[in-house]
Amino acid sequence: MSFDPPAAGQKTVMIAPPVDDRVIDVHNLDFFYGKAQALFAVDLPVARHAVTALIGPSGCGKSTLLRTLNRIYDLYPGQTARGDIRFDGENILDLARNSENLRARIGMVFQRPTPFPMSIYDNIAFGVRLHRRVGRADMDGIVERALTRAALWDEVKDKLGASGLGLSGGQQQRLCVARGIAINPDVLLLDEPASALDPLSTAKLESTLLELKDSITIVIVTHNLQQAARISDYTGFMLSGRMVEFRPSSEAFVAPETRQMQDYITGRFG
Amino acid sequence: MAVLAPSAAGDRLFRSLCLAAVLAMMAVLGGLIGSLLWGGWPALAHFGPGFFTSSTWDPVAGQFGAAGPVAGTLLTAFLALLLALPVALGTAVFLAEICPQAIARWLAIAVELLAGIPSIVYGMWGLFVLAPWFARHVQVPLMAAATPGSWLERMVTGVPNGANICTASLILAVMVLPYIAAILRELLLSVPPAMREAAYGLGCTRSEVVLRIMLPYVRNSAIGAVMLGLGRALGETMAVTFIIGNSHNFPRSLFGAGSTISSTIANEFNEATGDMHVSALIALGLVLFAITFVTIAAARLLLGRDGGPK
Repeated sequence: MSFDPPAAGQKTVMIAPPVDDRVIDVHNLDFFYGKAQALFAVDLPVARHAVTALIGPSGCGKSTLLRTLNRIYDLYPGQTARGDIRFDGENILDLARNSENLRARIGMVFQRPTPFPMSIYDNIAFGVRLHRRVGRADMDGIVERALTRAALWDEVKDKLGASGLGLSGGQQQRLCVARGIAINPDVLLLDEPASALDPLSTAKLESTLLELKDSITIVIVTHNLQQAARISDYTGFMLSGRMVEFRPSSEAFVAPETRQMQDYITGRFG
Repeated sequence: MAVLAPSAAGDRLFRSLCLAAVLAMMAVLGGLIGSLLWGGWPALAHFGPGFFTSSTWDPVAGQFGAAGPVAGTLLTAFLALLLALPVALGTAVFLAEICPQAIARWLAIAVELLAGIPSIVYGMWGLFVLAPWFARHVQVPLMAAATPGSWLERMVTGVPNGANICTASLILAVMVLPYIAAILRELLLSVPPAMREAAYGLGCTRSEVVLRIMLPYVRNSAIGAVMLGLGRALGETMAVTFIIGNSHNFPRSLFGAGSTISSTIANEFNEATGDMHVSALIALGLVLFAITFVTIAAARLLLGRDGGPK
């Protein structure tokens, strides 16, 4: 199982969405863990109201790339990004550290479900209250709507006061999605959200994402190529910290242009 | 070279040795409780409930009521906790979440050093340094400022030598602080990174993450940590004996002299002559054992009982 690492100057094979359609436009992004460089001049155009999937072998930098988009890496001193991440007209790398505002607009769901130690209802209300004052009646509506959109409402509507920690893994993950969308973000980032879920829960999560993309832009990191092919509109294939191919998913999986991506999706390495 | 014994026989021996060890432990515990009961029974039987409700502790007259020391024990321990908890919490949060980890490691060692200081050193320092300072700069001015007969006057009245319930609680607070701070810090560090990231990812500020996500996440264990500190404060002897003033009266003033169960025992065991006196002291020991046992059992039950994805 060997593969050719991308050459230093290898150009990204890119068929990008039109500039006007991009919510986030990453250009020439370098990322460092201390002195170790993890991303090399990465470009990533993220289309509005579409699902963008990032794939590639472990350690290729896809999660790192995702974590720059809401600057969650700010939590760790020593991690630095350099380049241009255009969002709503400004380079988010120029913002102050730990911008709560940015994270309210770009939500994130993690590999392992992270329900907060509080009731199902409060898991959702908590995030909403961080950003605006909401009356009880309005909050009930927001909670119901978020849970409905995350396809969880029917399963939990009778036990909203129960702890979020008591749900199954799949339900917890959908709770995290509901929590993320309740604050109306423009973008939802998902870092291998289904890797700890069984196939049935995974299918539910995927259909949730497909419904959400009418109103929210989604970027998802996944190890599951079928999943990427099923739900994404665009796919970025990364290798060794570089974006090797970025194309509409319908083409990328059928006819990968680089040898590296061919090898990856046919299972010759990964 | 001798060949090892056949494994079955060796294993049986090993098992019996381990069993013997645990049986020895249990025998010591049982013997301790038994002898406390045995020794304390005459006093408990003679004074009945009065042993706990009366505050007359008069060895000469053979009258023993333990309300003073029992109240002093509970009061100093709770006051110490009240003083230590905010500082411990602040320290733990600072070390776990605010300060760069490279520096936090050194600061944590300093906190643990505080826990390593022998209690007699605390007691000496309390008597020779803290008490005179406290008397001169806190107690005397407050007593002078309080209107005679007022509530404040009653709370601060006492022999102005700085050896009183309040300074004892202060010393105790310093002694339990490092324990609570160290455990709380480790609890905060045990919160899964994904939980922190999820909270920050939702747009939480640092204080919101710590107060509303991380602390609730470790709530049960944190209460357990506090109970462990309480257990230590309840049983602490040397430092308290030095500085509490050693009066058997029921504590009525914060700045008045008092006593705790352990300080009473430490002070009087040598001079206890009458059988009833000895029995009363042993009964005090039994009461202290019961109080600390309940506290520590509750702490153990709570520690490590937090939910969350493993």
